[in-house]
Amino acid sequence: MATAMVNIPETAAPGEIVEIKILISHPMETGFRPGMDGKLLPRDIIRSLRCEYDGETVFTAELHPAIAANPFFVFHLRADRSGEITLVWADEKGNEFRQSGQITVG
Amino acid sequence: MTIAASRRRVLALGLAAPLMLLCRRAGATPEAMAAAIEAFTGGGTPAESGITLDIPLLVENGNSVPITVSVESAMTEEDHVEEIAVFNEANPLPDVVRVRLTPRSSLGRFQTRIRLAGSQTIVAVARMSDGSLRRAAVSVIVTAPACRES
Repeated sequence: MATAMVNIPETAAPGEIVEIKILISHPMETGFRPGMDGKLLPRDIIRSLRCEYDGETVFTAELHPAIAANPFFVFHLRADRSGEITLVWADEKGNEFRQSGQITVG
Repeated sequence: MTIAASRRRVLALGLAAPLMLLCRRAGATPEAMAAAIEAFTGGGTPAESGITLDIPLLVENGNSVPITVSVESAMTEEDHVEEIAVFNEANPLPDVVRVRLTPRSSLGRFQTRIRLAGSQTIVAVARMSDGSLRRAAVSVIVTAPACRES
């Protein structure tokens, strides 16, 4: 499972630069760390994160094991129309997760 | 070989093996980082200005280190930050994160939290829409590294 806390402003003035925050609950197991039995724990990381604003991709990130557990990202976008802001993230097993919020501009 | 000698050897091995496991510096080295940067820049020479890498100079907990990369840019259709990559030289792998921005990002900036497996130099490289490159490097001291056993 990979739940997340997402912070998307509900309202914005036209042309306002808004801040998007996401905190994904995930261990980001690096694959370099031995477990209790001394064997390396298998790698399990969130590999990608992207943000869509009304269907337009505005931000993408490629994550590596050097990202801390519970990946946290802050970035910005200019809001000029009401619409849906969706955050999509995926692990290496092909599981995709998404969470979205509505922004009202005006 | 006498029994005493072999027992001594077994004991020494038993003591040394976990130490070797902990201390082995796998993966990224300054050379590996340079190679990863080279692959990202495609051989271009980055300017050492117009980009800021914000990271604590003295890190107490290497498991979660906040970083902010800011690139000065108007973020217009013609002139914006296309991609920002962060590299390190002491973690097992040289790559940390790569971020792609668009004109709609409006600010050439992002923030995240990273792991650091020891004192080292962190490098951020930005590629602009016109193909130019910018680079910022910061040396940080890590008192409690993110280690493979923690």
